[in-house]
Amino acid sequence: MDINFTLVAQAIAFFVLIVFTMKFVWPPLLNAIETRQKEIADGLAAGEKGRAELEQSSKRATEALDVAKVKASEILALAEKRATQIVEDAKGTAKAEGDRIITGAKAEIEQEINRAKEGLRQQVSTLAIAGAEKILRKEIDAKAHAEILTAIAKEL
Amino acid sequence: MATEHALTPSGYIEHHLSFNSQSIGNGSFWTIHVDTLVMSVALGIIAIGLIWLVARGATAGVPTKRQAFMELVFDFVDDQVKNIYHGNRHTFIAPAALTVFVWVFMMNAMDFLPIDIVAKYIVEPIGGEHTFWRSVPTSDINTTFALALTVWFLMIFFAIKSKGLGGWIHELFCSPFGTNPLVWPANFLFNLIEYVSKPLSHSLRLFGNMYAGEVIFLLLGLWAATGVTGTIAGAILGAGWSIFHILIVALQAFIFMMLTVVYLAMAQESH
Repeated sequence: MDINFTLVAQAIAFFVLIVFTMKFVWPPLLNAIETRQKEIADGLAAGEKGRAELEQSSKRATEALDVAKVKASEILALAEKRATQIVEDAKGTAKAEGDRIITGAKAEIEQEINRAKEGLRQQVSTLAIAGAEKILRKEIDAKAHAEILTAIAKEL
Repeated sequence: MATEHALTPSGYIEHHLSFNSQSIGNGSFWTIHVDTLVMSVALGIIAIGLIWLVARGATAGVPTKRQAFMELVFDFVDDQVKNIYHGNRHTFIAPAALTVFVWVFMMNAMDFLPIDIVAKYIVEPIGGEHTFWRSVPTSDINTTFALALTVWFLMIFFAIKSKGLGGWIHELFCSPFGTNPLVWPANFLFNLIEYVSKPLSHSLRLFGNMYAGEVIFLLLGLWAATGVTGTIAGAILGAGWSIFHILIVALQAFIFMMLTVVYLAMAQESH
């Protein structure tokens, strides 16, 4: 149990070791560990953020899809309506055109009939005059009775 | 090892409990235990140097296995200190705790070496036959007292630093019983006992454990000298005691570190 100078020497050695550890051993280890801890924490936070963003964007995508679907069906309905309308319009136009053509044809026919009647009347009056000329022969002077003749022809 | 005089049990034990003392002046105080000093300084340089080598190249990225091991030790010490001391531990207390733990552990671990192996193969070729050599520095009371007293001075230093000289003296006289002048002597006596008992219990606990462990190894070695039966029994018991000693070595290093931290932490808190 002899206490001697070894004690002092050991105490100095101990103190030197503590100072060495304090200056050169502890700080780099602490730095490395704390930096890594921070990096891991940051990475985890970034991962969490990314996941949240993914969730949000997938939700947004679904929403956009829904909107697009609604819009598409709207467009489809509109197009159908438009098609029906076009068909209806075409039908109307065709009908009107047909009516017009029919009317035109009817008018033409009428005209034709009138012309034919006119011709016939002229011919009948000519025939009548010719018949009367034949009956009356000499007695009728074309110039003298022209007034009567024209009246007759008009009446026919 | 002592063969010039008859190999008696007491001679064997006495030989192995003698330090390699060198006188450096007049009086019994001015001697140095060369074995204690060389072993402890070498172990300190090896252990702390090894950590330093790893710490120097420490990266914040994926650690190597070596670095991971050092960080394991680091974290273990840091966790203990964190639970006890709530100031900025990184400036002094935690590094000091790491030093104490690693160094004391290494010095204690010298007990695992066969008793004479260092003396026989390293010291005797240099210093001649029958050189005294004890490999376990912590079974030298000088070592444990040196550590405890260093901690003790640090304790007082930190107490004065955090409370001021006046505050510290005030605390010596006014706690734990109160500020009444009548209880000043009682307070002072109490604090005196505390200040004396701290380094004593701190150092003697470690010394006692390591000394007793060494003596038991010596007794088993003594048994081995009695014949074949003794050798076998001594070997088996020696192996058992070594295995149990792993616990003691680690536990005593841990306790020594914890007490160091507790004392230093207490010094900076007011009562």
